[in-house]
Amino acid sequence: MGMTMTQKILAAHAGLDKVEAGQLIEADLDLVLGNDITSPVAIKEMEKMKVDGVFDKDKIALVPDHFVPNKDIKSAQHCKCVREFAHKNNITNYFEVGEMGIEHALLPEKGLTVAGDVIIGADSHTCTYGALGAFSTGVGSTDMAAGMATGKAWFKVPGAIRFELTGSLPEWVSGKDLILHIIGMIGVDGALYKSMEFTGEGVKSLSMDDRFTVANMAIEAGGKNGIFPVDDLAMAYMKEHSDRPFTVYEADEDAIYDETYTIDLSSLRPTIAFPHLPENTKTIDEITEDIAIDQVVIGSCTNGRIDDLRCAAKVLAGRHVAEGMRCIIIPATQAIYLQAMEEGLLKTFIEAGAVVSTPSCGPCLGGYMGILAEGERCVSTTNRNFVGRMGHVDSEIYLASPAVAAASAVAGKISCPCRL
Amino acid sequence: MKNAKGTVLKYGDNVDTDVIIPARYLNSSDPAELAEHCMEDIDKDFVKKVKQGDIIVAAKNFGCGSSREHAPIAIKASGVGCVIAETFARIFYRNAINIGLPIIECPEAAKDIEAGDEVEVDFDSGKIYDLTKNKEYQGQAFPPFMQKIIDAEGLVNYINAKG
Repeated sequence: MGMTMTQKILAAHAGLDKVEAGQLIEADLDLVLGNDITSPVAIKEMEKMKVDGVFDKDKIALVPDHFVPNKDIKSAQHCKCVREFAHKNNITNYFEVGEMGIEHALLPEKGLTVAGDVIIGADSHTCTYGALGAFSTGVGSTDMAAGMATGKAWFKVPGAIRFELTGSLPEWVSGKDLILHIIGMIGVDGALYKSMEFTGEGVKSLSMDDRFTVANMAIEAGGKNGIFPVDDLAMAYMKEHSDRPFTVYEADEDAIYDETYTIDLSSLRPTIAFPHLPENTKTIDEITEDIAIDQVVIGSCTNGRIDDLRCAAKVLAGRHVAEGMRCIIIPATQAIYLQAMEEGLLKTFIEAGAVVSTPSCGPCLGGYMGILAEGERCVSTTNRNFVGRMGHVDSEIYLASPAVAAASAVAGKISCPCRL
Repeated sequence: MKNAKGTVLKYGDNVDTDVIIPARYLNSSDPAELAEHCMEDIDKDFVKKVKQGDIIVAAKNFGCGSSREHAPIAIKASGVGCVIAETFARIFYRNAINIGLPIIECPEAAKDIEAGDEVEVDFDSGKIYDLTKNKEYQGQAFPPFMQKIIDAEGLVNYINAKG
C-alpha cells in the first residue's frame, strides 16, 4: 500500500523507506518555532536538559508576536527572556519588534519554510506551512524544548482525509470560506489526529494566500496538519522568498485515505462560523435575521496577508464603517504593512474609519488591542470563536472572510459585499 | 505508575484551552499562578471546588484549540490527578504526556461517570473503576513508548535519562 504526501515526508525524515498510520517514529526537524507565550516555558524546560545549547542556531525561529509591542510588565519579562535566550544562543532567526510579523505569515515570507520540510512550532497554527507542501504541526513548549535541544521530535504517523477540490471560487468567496465550509461539514474534531490533504484540479485556482488560510485552520478541525500539492504557483512563491532547496513529495496513487470529500469550489458561498465553535457555520444566505456588530477585526495568522487586505480595501473603498463600529485592521508582517502602504490600502482603511495596527496577534486571543466587553459582538477574520476567546465570557465572535468582515463593518451587522 | 483516585468534576464536549486557561493570564508561566485561574471561563467555581487528587471527566475533544502547555500545567498544578475523556485534542494529548499529567481515553467511562463519583484509575492496565457505582471500564492504555515518558514524569526527564 502506498503512502500519503504527509507519510512520505515523515518517512524521509525518519530515515525509513516506509511508514504507516499509527506507527511511532522519531523524525529530524528542519525548523523549530516558538513565540513570546510558548518560548519562555520551553526555555525553562530546556534549562533542565543535560545539553550545552541548541542543536542548530539556524534551524530555530523565535518570533515574539502575541503580546508585542509588550502589553504589560509580565509580557515584557517574557519577551526579555526570549530575547536573552536568542542572543545567548546566537539564534539566527530571532525577530525583534520592527522586524517581526505574525509568525505564520512571517516564516514563509522570510523563506524559512519550504516544501518537504518537517517543522514543529509551539503554536497550534504551525500547520500553515502545509500550503507550501511541508509537514508542519503545532506542539507544546516541552516538545519545542526537546526539538531545540535535539533537533528531533516523536510523532505518531497520521492517517489522512482527502479533500478533492474541483472548479474555482466565485467572486467574494475565499480560502476562508472553503475551510469554514469544511470545518462545518466534518466538525471541530472531524480530522482528529489526521492529515488533511487537499488535492484536485481546483487547487490551482487558489492563491497562495488562500492556501495559507486553509492550511492554517486544519487545527480547527482537529487535524495534525493540512497539506497542499506543490504546483507551479507554490514553486514560484518559494523561489521568490527562499534560497533553500526544497523537495517535492507526492502522494502515491494507492495511498490510503480514511475518507475522501469532493468539494466544488464554485458552489461555495460566503460562510460564517457562529459562536462558540468554528463548526457552527452558516452561509450568508442562511442568515435571515439582522445580527448587529460592535467590532470587526481583519488580520491574524489566518487572514492578515496582502490578498486579505486588498480584498478588505476593495470593500471599504469609498465607504465608511457604520456609526459606533470599531474596525481594527492588522497587517500580519512589516513587509505586508509596507506593501499595503505603497498600494494605498492603508489610506483607504483610515478614510473608511478603520484603525491600522503594527503586526500583532493581540485581539485574536484576547491578548490586547481589541478586547470585547460583556454582550459585545465581533466579526473577525481570525480562527477561533471559543467562549471568552476575545474578552468577556459573554461576548461573541463570528468568524468570517475579510470580504464579509469588511462588509459587516460598513453595514453594522453581518453582511457581505454583494449586499452593500 | 501510581494509580489516580479522587472525586469527579464533570464537563462536556470540546473543552478548549481558552476556557482551561484564558489567554489574559498567559503573561505568566508560573504553574501556581496559572492554577488560580484554571477552568475559569467554563466553571468559575472550579478553583474553589477542586481538591488534591480530583479527577476531571469530559466528553470528546478535550483540550482543543491552542498549543499552550499552560493548559495541562494549570490543571496539574490545581491538584487534578487525572483527566478522563472520550477523546483528547492531539496537541493537548502530547502536552499532557510531556509534562506528566496523567490522561486516559475511555468513551464509556466518560459517558457514564457522574460529577461527585469516586473514581480510581490504574494506568498500567488502563482500567477505570467507578467506586460509587461499583462499575469497571477498560480505557486505552498507553503504548510502551509513551508509558516510558509518563513513567519518567515527562519528556525532559525521559531525554535526560536516555542521555
